[in-house]
Amino acid sequence: MPGFHRGDYLLALPMMLLTLFALGVLLIDLLLDRSSKVINAWAAFAGLAFSAAAVHNIQRAFADQAARGEPSSPFFAFSGTLMVDRFAVFFFYLFLAAAAITILMSVRYLEVEDEHHGEYYALILFSVVGMMCMAAGNDLILLFIGLELMAVSTYILVGFLRRDRRSNEAALKYLLLGAFSSGIFAYGLSLLYGLAGSTNLQQISMALGNAMAPGKARVVPAVALVTTAAGLFFKIAAVPFHQWAPDAYEGAPTSITGFMSVAGKASAWALLLRIFLFALGPMRPLYVPILVFVAIATMTGGNLAALTQSNVKRLFAYSSIAHVGYIMLGLIAGTAFLPNPDGIRGILVYLLVYTFMNLGVFGVIASLRRRDIIGDELDDLNGLFFKAPTEAVLMLTFLLSLAGIPPLAGFYGKYFIFLALIESGHYALATLAVIYVAVSAYYYLRVANAMFMRTAGDRVPVTISPGMWAGLAITGAATVVIGIYPEPFLRMVNWSMHVAQNPTVAQLLR
Amino acid sequence: MANHILSVILFLPLAGAIVLLFLPRENKNAIRWVANMFALAGFIISLPLVPMFWAVKDQPGFKFVEGGANNWIPSIGAGYHIGIDGISFLLIMLTTLLGWIAVLCSWTAIQERVKEYYVWFLVLQAGMLGVFMALDFFLFYVFWEVMLVPMYLLIGIWGGPRKLYAAIKFFLYTLAGSVLMLLGILFLYFHHHGMTGEYTFDIQKIYQTSPSITGTAAVLLFFAFFIGFAIKVPMFPFHTWLPDAHVEAPTAGSVILAGVLLKMGTYGLIRFSIPLFPRVAMNPTVRGWMIGLSIVGIIYGALVSLMQKDMKKLVAYSSVSHLGFCTLGIFALNPLGLSGSVIQQINHGISTGALFLIVGILYERRHTREISEYGGISNVMPLYATITLIMFMSSLGLPLLNGFVGEFTILQGSYMENKYWAAWAVTGVILGAAYLLWLYQRVFFGNVTNPKNEHLHDLTPREVLTFAPLLIAAVWIGVYPKPFFEVLDQPVKAIVSTVRPDYPLNPPAPVKAQFAPAASGQAAAAGGSR
Repeated sequence: MPGFHRGDYLLALPMMLLTLFALGVLLIDLLLDRSSKVINAWAAFAGLAFSAAAVHNIQRAFADQAARGEPSSPFFAFSGTLMVDRFAVFFFYLFLAAAAITILMSVRYLEVEDEHHGEYYALILFSVVGMMCMAAGNDLILLFIGLELMAVSTYILVGFLRRDRRSNEAALKYLLLGAFSSGIFAYGLSLLYGLAGSTNLQQISMALGNAMAPGKARVVPAVALVTTAAGLFFKIAAVPFHQWAPDAYEGAPTSITGFMSVAGKASAWALLLRIFLFALGPMRPLYVPILVFVAIATMTGGNLAALTQSNVKRLFAYSSIAHVGYIMLGLIAGTAFLPNPDGIRGILVYLLVYTFMNLGVFGVIASLRRRDIIGDELDDLNGLFFKAPTEAVLMLTFLLSLAGIPPLAGFYGKYFIFLALIESGHYALATLAVIYVAVSAYYYLRVANAMFMRTAGDRVPVTISPGMWAGLAITGAATVVIGIYPEPFLRMVNWSMHVAQNPTVAQLLR
Repeated sequence: MANHILSVILFLPLAGAIVLLFLPRENKNAIRWVANMFALAGFIISLPLVPMFWAVKDQPGFKFVEGGANNWIPSIGAGYHIGIDGISFLLIMLTTLLGWIAVLCSWTAIQERVKEYYVWFLVLQAGMLGVFMALDFFLFYVFWEVMLVPMYLLIGIWGGPRKLYAAIKFFLYTLAGSVLMLLGILFLYFHHHGMTGEYTFDIQKIYQTSPSITGTAAVLLFFAFFIGFAIKVPMFPFHTWLPDAHVEAPTAGSVILAGVLLKMGTYGLIRFSIPLFPRVAMNPTVRGWMIGLSIVGIIYGALVSLMQKDMKKLVAYSSVSHLGFCTLGIFALNPLGLSGSVIQQINHGISTGALFLIVGILYERRHTREISEYGGISNVMPLYATITLIMFMSSLGLPLLNGFVGEFTILQGSYMENKYWAAWAVTGVILGAAYLLWLYQRVFFGNVTNPKNEHLHDLTPREVLTFAPLLIAAVWIGVYPKPFFEVLDQPVKAIVSTVRPDYPLNPPAPVKAQFAPAASGQAAAAGGSR
């Protein structure tokens, strides 16, 4: 064991704290009777808060660095396997916020489902630990462990409603397909290791740079690229690897659907960016055509399939697939030439705003779950305005934001993606993307139509718990405030882009 | 307040919407009173703008400018930057007037979900005003999209039987056009950066750099903007959303839709398409297409109007025809055509707004708009019949009423460019007279054939009040249009000089030319042949 320093542990502290609190939740859950399970939620919440404080500590170290006038460089820990840069800090905050909002929205939902157990919160915390490893890993092993920790926690959370057949089916399907894709991904990683003789991303990048030199056979790097990419595309649910998403989203507890669709997706994107930018950077000429194909297929498949859905959760599953397509356009634009950071900035902004608006959507759907009413069919939303006007207006805000109508947060995600596409000269892709924006407005408006223009089928009142109110208020306020005054949030994203450690990435991210 | 009069006009409706949110839902009359007060206040607050603007009307550039470039979101170069010139001044006055009238005419027509209705209406009002004031592309785009949502809800909630279909169609059509425009805006943004090194959406700055784009890129950009605006106008063949939206919208929605929203398209053409891409606009092929589509729109709209059995649909298609005149005037690209076009936009807001009110009044009484259900209405509603006759005459272009001034100036302007354009367009005037007079004959003349119509009550004082300002404006523009032309003189000349630097601008002044058409025609023909 090489000697690890105090600094190593400080960098890992956000994850260690979360793990401790997760274990703590599992323990105190045994002491709690059924009526006081809410204490688990509070404990998990405290864990997130402590973890955020630890992340803030790292952020301060970056501020000190800047104050000393040094160029921003990442902090490495544990022999270079963990690399915490501003990019990672941005994602840490994003995961913590998503987890906190999810917990706020979960309490009452779980009570209604009669599945209120401490494991739920512990698993959320564990999955956040996994996500953090995915965002901050600088080593294939750590990245893979993070991915699996996140994925395994999510498999269980999807199937958390033990007595619900849809939930079980979704979990099984997700588990089988997920394990399969992890296998393919691991195969790709092993090839990369074979090529480079190292699991370190920088080493791989250098080895690939040599392997991609003119005149060399590129078969092995190409196979490594395709298998790695396939595994990653599965995790972000890009067409044609998206089949699991609608089933898993529909069957999962609604609060978990929201969590998966934002935090899960953001972490998969963090991993994808790490691998594509840091390790596979030299293979850019090979992977851009693949990305173009997948992006077009994803936008087409997601948007067209969403048009005809009658189940709201499925509809938003397809909608989130479509959003992956837009985000992928950001990666295409961001790697089109050097230096073009706008595409990557677009991805980060997109993930930021998407976190709030999509969690908001699933929060509203979760609050419709009442005794005997599942509340996830489109018809269940009929006349929502008459039953719960505030919720309906919030939902409308989220929908319009998802459709990219200014001045709401979602607009800025799309704005930066289009900006980067125009900047890098991808006019045809940009045109296609904006046409799909108009298409996507149709299915969002179907939901709005149901809420505002149809009359309610049932008279069961919608009651909203304080936690849910807090969650909806945060997501709604974020959607509107980012929309009207995005400047501080854009600064935050710009701050997180100052990663100057890796030459290829430094060029990419300016 | 003088320095911030535009912001006050812009945000007053929004303030009204926020106040309404705090009123109890059940107290419908209080909500109506407050909404009407804010709408009226919105109009009254815009009145001081008239003398203020008159004093500075000949100064070049935008007036009453507030804010500046890049002060809203500095990291992307967007600013809260507003200001007006003569064109936007007239459209803003039209918006505040029609906004008040539309709110007033909804008093009895809207009985359900009153609170939401007025809230959305006031938000819509703010969005439209913002479009006409914005001097920043980003801000412009935000207002342009913001106004979609309330209109969609107005049609979708308070509309007719096919409201869901009409609302979504309206939304999607307009969104599809505007996202293409967004791409165009982004291209200009990078082009500006490439030339000056500055990232900004400021329209006045982009005006400086955009004409240097040439070739295919300029044509594609022109069409990216054009499609967005043409859908809004709507120009043939992008008009298919209009009849659906109009027929299903509540009366006030139709008034605003026809009166103001369509003008956003023509305003966009004048403000953006032409000055940003002057060479494309003057390109004979492109211009030929624009003129051709305008003329087809004029004739097609009129012919389809002739065939309608539903009064509201008739008026809706007549809008296609009238807006064809507006775009014809724009692409005549001379001072007469452009100022005629703006005057005609105002006229269309007044006349067609009034026509929708007229249809709405019958609909409120009988709940049908089928022409065959009516006949002999002038016997039971004489006052109503008189006002209708005046507005019909105004719409079909009878001299001494507003429609004549606009159509005549446009025809004159297009004649100066090419006499065949005017010859084709003039058939639209004839057909316009045909469908309106025939409609009037069928609805108002003869004996009351349908017993249900025997006891219709005539206009209430409130209804007369909604018509009064429109009648005054119609007669004023018809009899003494000079001030309107003078307000338009400076911006119109500025645009023409951008597009055609060699165009002889000083004599003839547009207003005088109107009463000496032969002389100005020769002058322009001479100018054109050089």
